[in-house]
Amino acid sequence: MPTFLEFEKPIAELEGKIEELRHLDAGGDVSIADEVSKLQAKVNRLLKDTYGKLSPWQKVQVARHPERPHFADYVKDLVEDFTPLAGDRNFAEDAAIVGGIGRFRGRSVVVVGNEKGNDTESRVRHNFGMARPEGYRKARRLFDMADHFHLPVITLVDTAGAYPGVGAEERGQAEAIARSIQSCLGLRVPIVSVVIGEGGSGGAIALAAADRVLMLEHAIYSVISPEGCASILWRTNEAAQDAAEALRLTADDLRRLKVIDGVIEEPVGGAHRNRREAVRRVGDAISDNLEELIGVEGGALRTRRREKFVEMGKIGLH
Amino acid sequence: MNWLKNFVRPKIRALVRKENVPENLWHKCPSCEQMIFHRELAANLFVCTHCNHHMRVSAKERLDMIFDPGSYQTVELPDCVDDPLRFRDKKRYSDRIKESRNKLKVDDAIQVAHGKIGGVNAVVAAFDFRFMGGSMGVAVGDGILTAARLAVLQEAPLIVFPSSGGARMQEGILSLMQMPRTTVAVEEMRDAGLPYIVVLTDPTTGGVSASFAMLGDIAIAEPGAIIGFAGSRVIEDTIRETLPEGFQRAEYLLEHGMIDMVVHRRDMRATLARILDLLRNRTPAGDVVKLPGGSKPAARPAPGARPNPGQ
Repeated sequence: MPTFLEFEKPIAELEGKIEELRHLDAGGDVSIADEVSKLQAKVNRLLKDTYGKLSPWQKVQVARHPERPHFADYVKDLVEDFTPLAGDRNFAEDAAIVGGIGRFRGRSVVVVGNEKGNDTESRVRHNFGMARPEGYRKARRLFDMADHFHLPVITLVDTAGAYPGVGAEERGQAEAIARSIQSCLGLRVPIVSVVIGEGGSGGAIALAAADRVLMLEHAIYSVISPEGCASILWRTNEAAQDAAEALRLTADDLRRLKVIDGVIEEPVGGAHRNRREAVRRVGDAISDNLEELIGVEGGALRTRRREKFVEMGKIGLH
Repeated sequence: MNWLKNFVRPKIRALVRKENVPENLWHKCPSCEQMIFHRELAANLFVCTHCNHHMRVSAKERLDMIFDPGSYQTVELPDCVDDPLRFRDKKRYSDRIKESRNKLKVDDAIQVAHGKIGGVNAVVAAFDFRFMGGSMGVAVGDGILTAARLAVLQEAPLIVFPSSGGARMQEGILSLMQMPRTTVAVEEMRDAGLPYIVVLTDPTTGGVSASFAMLGDIAIAEPGAIIGFAGSRVIEDTIRETLPEGFQRAEYLLEHGMIDMVVHRRDMRATLARILDLLRNRTPAGDVVKLPGGSKPAARPAPGARPNPGQ
């Protein structure tokens, strides 16, 4: 049973009807088949309309959709011989961030990303994609290794944010994030990041100080969750919709602000309705961007990357 | 130029302005709640004379107490876009900025200055918590970047005194982008081989701690300062437990290996002076012998090794 979001109710109803009709259609009745295809066309139109003008708050829902493809789905389809590498060599292995080496379209690469998990067991194992310092320290270790062996880096961002816990603080959550950003900025190999779902604050930028930062059409990227922002500035969680508007967390706004370099169009009705197609499009976009960066001298690449971030904030939405 | 605005209006204001009556001759310590006379408090560098609580100070007060007396000059920061997102919650962000500016007579939450500390040239960036909680937006990022570039230009060390709740939400993603942006500033100091010292003051949290503030070559903290990534309320809500005694305080971080030392405010200048002096008095590296066949990396210049003019 697929998960429907609040604003997808009319779509859900229509799809329910189609399902019912299909059951009736066991005898191969032509008029029913006709009706089904008519309804299906209607669903498609509705999907296209709805997803063509999602509000920022609706995008937040889509970005967090439980059936949206996650890190593991991308790696499965896009990376051959993926060899995960574990541990930060200091304290622990943190499965909220997964990373390793593998082959992406014929090229050896280092891949790092947040994994949220897709059922109760795996969600707990991956801590819902919220990393502790060890996750960021592992990422940093892999970035440094990529630099050492001249392997391009791909990161996939999908996290509500870094984990707020006592142990995480004691072991230096802030420092771990800062060092991860520092390592991204210091790379002399290309790094391409894609925000595939939620780009949540420090936990996201830790993996995304990249040469190219891309976003899926309905992904979000923000300094704070709309709920958190609402409770601080509006003093009520109910203002989350207003906060989502005000924060400018959609891919379109971020591209206008030059914070991201490109938007990857999602299949009609969102990445969760056609996961393989979404994954393929992300793969194509990474490949296109990577090819443009490969061959640029390492020092120049780093200088250019730093300059890009230094420029950020000079353009407003005025 | 604008006669009405620049001449007439201030005159009218002056006419109706209240006599400047000092209201707060006595300050209440937020920690022990004892009253302290304002002159005594200033003479004690805004440290409570009863319980040693280190109160928050403005950027100007910080610069005054850290540089050798009368030795510093503040640096003008570049103009940046105010309110880049046209952010509005219950109030317009542009109005919030205006209010803070009028009330505090400062441009934003950071001030940059250069001068001497124990006779050594240094660049200092100090946060002002009163300005929207010291939050980091584009202007604060500009401050850190300007400070680092000035330090590189002067071949001087950089000392930053953060006091900030974190990123400035009203600048949305652009405030998040100040994390890599200020990290670039740290990298430029590193590339130049110059010391970068952070003095963590109350509070240093969120996006500020998770970027330049935790990347110092040396990390010092003021006693009792709250330093961490997540706010304690957020953590309590997540784990549904009360937090350990002294959690996220400077002394707690010292115990957990996250900082080098906790230094009382009265000893801060002397400590910094000693560190700066030790770090610049470096032994020059011996000539790097070329390996047969391979090319060697260029030896980094050691700016501390050369004689310092003005000394």
